[in-house]
Amino acid sequence: MDFDFAIVWKYLPVLAKGAVTTVELTALAIVNGTVLGLFIALASISKNWLIRSLARFYTWLIRGTPLLLQLFVIYYGLPLQMGIKLSPFAAAVTGLSINSAAYVAEIIRAAIESIDKGQMEAARSIGMSYFQAMRRIILPQAYRRMIPPLGNEFIALLKDSSLVATISMVDLMRTAQQMYATTFRPMEIFLAAGALYLLLTTFFTVTFGHLERRLAVYE
Amino acid sequence: MVKVDGLYKSYGSLPVLKGVSFEVAKGEVVCIIGPSGGGKSTLLRCINHLEEPDAGVVEIDGESVRPATRNPLHRERHLNRMRSEIGMVFQRFNLFPHRTALENVVEGLTTVKKIPRNEAREIAKQYLTRVGLADKINEYPSRLSGGQQQRVAIARALAMQPKVMLFDEPTSALDPELVGEVLSVMRDLAENGMTMLAVTHELGFAREVANRVMFIDDGQIIEEGPPKQVLSNPQHPRTASFISKVL
Ligand SMILES: Nc1ncnc2c1ncn2[C@@H]1O[C@H](COP(=O)(O)OP(=O)(O)O)[C@@H](O)[C@H]1O
Ligand SMILES: [Mg+2]
Repeated sequence: MDFDFAIVWKYLPVLAKGAVTTVELTALAIVNGTVLGLFIALASISKNWLIRSLARFYTWLIRGTPLLLQLFVIYYGLPLQMGIKLSPFAAAVTGLSINSAAYVAEIIRAAIESIDKGQMEAARSIGMSYFQAMRRIILPQAYRRMIPPLGNEFIALLKDSSLVATISMVDLMRTAQQMYATTFRPMEIFLAAGALYLLLTTFFTVTFGHLERRLAVYE
Repeated sequence: MVKVDGLYKSYGSLPVLKGVSFEVAKGEVVCIIGPSGGGKSTLLRCINHLEEPDAGVVEIDGESVRPATRNPLHRERHLNRMRSEIGMVFQRFNLFPHRTALENVVEGLTTVKKIPRNEAREIAKQYLTRVGLADKINEYPSRLSGGQQQRVAIARALAMQPKVMLFDEPTSALDPELVGEVLSVMRDLAENGMTMLAVTHELGFAREVANRVMFIDDGQIIEEGPPKQVLSNPQHPRTASFISKVL
């Protein structure tokens, strides 16, 4: 077998720079996706038919089409036919955020709906408003139940962010492709990139495991 | 104090309340009895508008619970204020599991009444002491017995200083040996002049504490009167058959 660890060590720093971009993209998509996802989740359980339908249409549309296609629409479609030109970075963040918002919204909605109806009633019966009850009573309890599926979602997002390599975003995946093209050492380069992805996903697993245990106090 | 007039409520095509009217005077204790599915819970939930009645009036101290305006913001504000004046205790306690006993009571005081946190904690301690739980204030609900949880729930409602307290089968979910401690808190409240409307199958409690007993079946008040009369000498055969089954 022809495998040279020296090559792994030589290109690791360059790949690490790509990994930093991957982390930036994922972090931004997580923040945007969570904020947007919370609003979509609340909208999808609204009593108002129109608001509810719009929210459910959004999650249906985004979850029912490939992320790769969504990225292409934003990066190639928008500038050509709508006159909206985005940098690769902006297009990547937008696509990943819109995509993760739909998945996060479903996770938050399911968690909210899993909370006993009596909780909302008890909160309303002492005179709390709907939003006070949501913020102080329902969401803190739902939060605990969201942690494990959100952890999975964020890991999936981190891995799927490699698709932005196809819209000329130089992330970890794209860096690896470029290194491979110049060295023709696919095993060493992709193995090193894989190790970096593993490092990042393991970080998520461990962090969310801690969160889960810390939130278990009242049970 | 409480006036209910011509209350109607259906779920889809199923009529659950078919014109319920009665009044409860200040300081009066009214017990509601009746078979399961008769509409007792729905009646209580319509009084504080957790369910919106299809027709009819509910007044607390002369003020209609139903908002008079169409503006959603004003409607919500009116309902929140009216609900804060109507205490409700549920069959399954519905304590906030992520909050300690003290925090359960503090919540409404700070969030709804905007009382400063330190003051709210003092008030909450007083009410928890009143229901005999001074030594449990820092426990989470999961660490309390059913009877203790229900007493926290009563303290949570009382701390809002409601004009009336609604109880929906407050002891039905309890082990028999824990029923007494909850009933004794309720008896204490009644003796201190609280206006109370309680759905209960504790006929002994109804006989001793209630000023009036109402028998509700099939969405209607079938019979009402002083406890001795309704419980010992029911006029309506449905009341008689129900009472003989509960005893
Ligand atoms: N949210 C609801 N949706 C549909 N039907 C309901 C709902 N709540 C209660 N009901 C029905 O209304 C009837 C009265 O219920 P309820 O008021 O709970 O009776 P009770 O408290 O006297 O046992 C029952 O037939 C019940 O199935
Ligand atoms: Mg009931």
